[in-house]
This record gives sequence, structure tokens and C-alpha cells, in this order.
Amino acid sequence: MLRINNLHVSIDGKEILKGLNLEIGAGELHAIMGPNGSGKSTLGYVMAGREGYDITEGSIEFEGKDLNDMEPEDRAAAGLFLAFQYPVEIPGVNNAYFLRSALNAQKKARGEEEVDSMTFLKTVRESLGQLKMDDTLLKRAVNEGFSGGEKKRNEIVQMAILQPKLAVLDETDSGLDIDALKLVAEGINRLRNPERSFMVITHYQRLLEHLTPDHVHVLSGGRIIESGGKELAERLEREGYSYLQAEAAEA
Amino acid sequence: MSQTTEQVQEYIQQRYKAGFYTDIDEDRVPAGLNEEIIAMISAKKNEPEWLLEWRLKAFQQWKKMVGPNWAHLKLPPIDFQKIHYYAAPKQENRPKSLDEVDPKLLETFDKLGVPLHERERLAGVAVDAVFDSVSVGTTFQKELKEAGVIFCSFSEAVQEYPDLVREYLGSVVPHTDNYFAALNSAVFTDGSFVYIPKDTRCPMELSTYFRINARDTGQFERTLIVAEPGSHVSYLEGCTAPMRDENQLHAAVVELVAKERAHIKYSTVQNWYPGDENGKGGIYNFVTKRGDCREDDSRITWTQVETGSAITWKYPSCILRGDRSSGEFYSVALTRNYQQADTGTKMIHLGKNTTSKIIAKGISAGHSNNSYRGLVRMAPRAESARNYTQCDSLLIGKQCGAHTFPYIESFNPTAKVEHEATTSRIGEDQLFYCRSRGLGEEDAVALIVDGFCKEVFKELPMEFAVEAKALLEISLEGAVG
Repeated sequence: MLRINNLHVSIDGKEILKGLNLEIGAGELHAIMGPNGSGKSTLGYVMAGREGYDITEGSIEFEGKDLNDMEPEDRAAAGLFLAFQYPVEIPGVNNAYFLRSALNAQKKARGEEEVDSMTFLKTVRESLGQLKMDDTLLKRAVNEGFSGGEKKRNEIVQMAILQPKLAVLDETDSGLDIDALKLVAEGINRLRNPERSFMVITHYQRLLEHLTPDHVHVLSGGRIIESGGKELAERLEREGYSYLQAEAAEA
Repeated sequence: MSQTTEQVQEYIQQRYKAGFYTDIDEDRVPAGLNEEIIAMISAKKNEPEWLLEWRLKAFQQWKKMVGPNWAHLKLPPIDFQKIHYYAAPKQENRPKSLDEVDPKLLETFDKLGVPLHERERLAGVAVDAVFDSVSVGTTFQKELKEAGVIFCSFSEAVQEYPDLVREYLGSVVPHTDNYFAALNSAVFTDGSFVYIPKDTRCPMELSTYFRINARDTGQFERTLIVAEPGSHVSYLEGCTAPMRDENQLHAAVVELVAKERAHIKYSTVQNWYPGDENGKGGIYNFVTKRGDCREDDSRITWTQVETGSAITWKYPSCILRGDRSSGEFYSVALTRNYQQADTGTKMIHLGKNTTSKIIAKGISAGHSNNSYRGLVRMAPRAESARNYTQCDSLLIGKQCGAHTFPYIESFNPTAKVEHEATTSRIGEDQLFYCRSRGLGEEDAVALIVDGFCKEVFKELPMEFAVEAKALLEISLEGAVG
């Protein structure tokens, strides 16, 4: 599904990712953990194709295609989704309209039939219900006046509607209370299937308690310095990142 | 034509679909501006003596005036002697019905999306179609007459309803008002006349479509709407012109009179040719639009979507004379390439408890300059009057400019004036967010701009809101990057 090979990424000439390697197979959920400033969000943005995030070396292959050659909208149509750490407000643009336009733009790019508004509304209402969000949200402007938690849940609604092959979730757990965290985790688990993969970027272990990751990686200094199973996350929660960084420095 | 030129032509056509020219024999007066020309225009229209005198008075006044130089516009000098002030398709007699109108003209309006044929008429919208200096036809006149509503060309009104015209012409915008209003008063040719009798709700939307076709001409339209007590009317105008390298002048005057409890809703979708990507050609649009809330509880709503013209100089205003009368101004002005717009409104509060609301959205792209200029004046008698103004500017790209010039004059301590203004660049983060969800860059820009204009679009009649949105999207193509 995803193969990241010796990835180097610079922003304004400053190198943030320094030779990152990662493979995610179909149906797998990988957690990327790491201290602040380790390059976690950079990884998310560079996957989605944000301008100014320059790949200076290495590659990201998504289903055999080099992502570096693709515009953000083409990556989305190919099945990549990024849940933003800070979802963006678009004043005056109705949430339902935005989401349907996005879905149909993707479908059009893939040569699929566009979805009519009745079917669309039905699915979106279902997703909203599952995340315990109010229907009136559809009529409100995209993320405008949403609470922090609402914004994050809205990202999960979008993910459920867009049905990506690979979802990158960038600190979706930050700023959520316990109940919202559970809803978000349920939302992710509902979407898990043997074809769909997840990259969950997080600072804390608490979201992972509900998700059962297949692999946990520790990102530090622009590289993955340790990989393991679920138990690695638990150990990090107990001991902090410092012990790993110390080990990495010695090695 | 080589393949590439053809492709370029096609591309430009896409951007400005109304840019074609209709090859038709036209009757025109010689170029130049003097008493003789004015008399010639008046004679062609078979006008009464008083109207010719009124024109000549305006002309005398105009000669003493100088053009406005206070706007934030680079105004090239205009040679008024080079313009033909009257051009009209040749016809033996004025067609008595739409069936007698030259098929070429009907075809032109068809192509512009304004079908005048009986069977294809826009449902529920009556149209007066003005081609250069004359109206070529007005639809649904009979049906409107049954409701007591008069909707006809200005020339026809001069013949059929001279008393009404004489009573109201110049009563809101005097012939001495300003340089371009004086010029218009001297040489105006056609436009629309609307009269809504007492307690009548106009049964359909009224609209006028202005088309400039002939070369080296100007269009000087005059529109007058009178709403008697308790009446209601919604009127919309649209306008387009062929693509040419030379600039053409459009100087209109619109007067609205709202009596007790009457409501006039006046909407404009302005799509005059804006010039090419180097700023060559395009219409100079100098317009005086003013509404008089003459009696108590009257209301006038201006809504404008301005995407065309090389230069726009336009301030649809309200004189809030009656107590509790209210004025509204909703505007979207989009400029790109080298377009310049200096537009806004004036809300003159004279009566007690009068209210006004101004929502102005400016969008600048390319090398364009977009200014909002607005006056809110609270007269000494305007007890407890209120105004709310909101001006938002959106910048696309780095070479364009957005400016806001609010003037507030309050002579009554109980009056309340609120002004809010924002300027923002179209957010890179917003664009990226939309694109990461699968929307192409241009669709993303259109979506963001559409959201930005929402408050104004919702004021337009539905069919026209759709048109305005589409127009904005076409105008924005290629504006990014």
C-alpha cells in the first residue's frame, strides 16, 4: 500500500525529515509516535502534498505510484486522506455542499458515477449520528464556529464519507475529552477493513488504547528510531521518549 | 487562422462568452457632442419640447463641469467628441410586437441567454432588451398591464406616459448632479420605465438587458422606477458588450422613487467587457444610481454583482427621507487583470428611525485595484437612525490591491453608526484543505470565493444568483498561480 523510502524533506531549506523509512501493508494500522518537533506533522503534510514541503531525497510510493508527481487533489482521488491536526475554517461554504463537491470531484477523477444529493445526505446523516453530531452541522459553514472537538469529529465524518484507502490522522486525539476520544476511535475502528490502512500520528498513547495498532513507530529527529508492537506505545507512556532518544544518541 | 490562434481565441471566448459582435445595419448620428447632435437624438425619438430643453440645460451645465478626480482610479482622458451618441438597428417602423423584431436581434439576445421569443421566454421574468441606443422589445407587457404595472422602454414611456416621466425625471438625480449624470441627461437614449400602482405587488420579476454592440459608440441609459404607496417590485439588470481593443463609455443614470411602505429591490449583474489580460479595451462604466425613500416606511434594496468593465465608478445610494425608511446595499465587486473598480454606496439618513445596512465584498486578483467607497450621513433630524456597514476584501495573488474609504458624517447624537472591515488573502491553508479533499485548485478558489460572497448572493433572485455564481467562477478561471 505505502512504501516510504529514505525520505528527506525540507521546509525553507531546513531539513525536517532525514531519511525516513516506512512500509504499511493493506489493512494495517500503524501508529507514529514521537516528541514535539520530531517531524510528525511534516510527515502528514508531505503525504498530502502541501506546498513548501520539498522532498529532497527518497520517495513515497502509494500503490506503486510516486506521490511526489501528484497534485494534492490527485492524491485524494487515488485514495489518500489526511485528517488535519487543525481543520481549516471556510466561511460561507456549507458543510454538506463542501463534502459532496469533494466526493464528486474524487469520483469524477476516478471515472465513477457522481452521487446524488439524496443518497449523499442519507450516508452523511448516518455518519453524523454515529459520531453523535447534530444534523444542523450540515447547514453550517465548514468548521466555522465549531468547537475543537467538533472539528476533529468532522474530520472523521469526512473520512467516513470519502472512504479512503489510506487515512493519515494527524493528532486527531489532541484536544478531545474522553467521550469524544472514544467516539473518534469507534469511528476509526468502524472503517477498518482488510483493504484500508491507517497511519495514526499521535503524541500520546491514549488513543491507541482503543485502536489496537499493528505496529508502533517512534519518530525522532526526522527518522524512525524504533519500531515495535502495541507494547512499545505502553512503554513510551510509562518511560517517556527520553530513554529512546538517549539510546539513539548512543547508537 | 493557425491552430494555436484559434485555440487562444476559443479560450478567450470561454472566459468572456458575451464578447461576440452582431453584424447589423445601424442608423447612427455623426460622432461628436453639441446642441445639434442632442437635437438630432431628441428628434429621432420624437420627444416633446420640454425634454429637449431639459437635455440642453444639462448640456450647458456639463460644459461647465470637470470629471471626477477623487476616485482611486487611473482615468485616461476620454475624447467626448469622438463618440457616436446614438446608434440603433435600422428599421422602417418601430416593431409593434416582438414578432416583427429583426431575427438577428432576437438571435443575439438568445445567444446571451435572454430569449425574447414568446415560447422561450424566461418563466416569470419580464424582459426589456436594449440594443445600443434603443429598446428592441419588452416581454409580458400585456400581462403586466392587467396588473396595472407599466414596464416599457424609456422612449415609449416618453410617448405614452409623458406626465409621469415629466413628474419624476431628474427628481432623484438632478441634471446638475455630477459630470456623468449631466452628460447622461444631455444624451441619454434608452432604458426602462417602471411604474407600480398603489398596493400592487408586481406579479413577476422585471429585468432589462443592456447590450452594447456598435463600435465607437457609448451607451447612455436612463432608468426610472416609481413605486406608489404599499407596492413592491423586484427589478434586475444585466449587461454585456463585444470584445474590442478600444474602450467604450457607458454612463447611466438610474432613479428610484419609493413612496409610503413601498419596497423596491434593484439587482444588477454587471458583466461589461473587462478588457484583455494586458488591460487593453473594455468598458468605462460611470454610473449614477440613486433611490429616494421619499415617504415613511419605504425601503430600497440595491444588490450588485460587478465582474465586468475596465473601470467601474458606481455608488448606488439611498436617500432615507421618510421616517423609518430603510436602505440596503449588498455588493460583490470582482476585479482581475488590470481592471479598476471604485464602488460603494451613500446612505443619507434624513428621517427619524431610518436604518441602513451595507455589506460590501471586494475580490481582487491579478494586477487589479478594487476600492470600496461609502458615505453614511446622519442628518440633524435623523433621530435614532442606525447604520451597519461591513466591508470585506479578499486578495488573490500578490499584485492586486484592495482599499476601503469609509466616510461617516453624524450630525445627530442619537444616531448609531457601526463599521466593520476585514482584508484577507485567500488562505493557502484553505486552498490546501480543499485540495486535500479532492477539489481542483480552481474549483477550490471558486468555492472559497462563493462562500465569501454568500451574504450578497442570497439577496439575488434565485435564477440570477445561479448566474452570478457561474459568472464569478468563469471570471476567476486562471486567476490563481
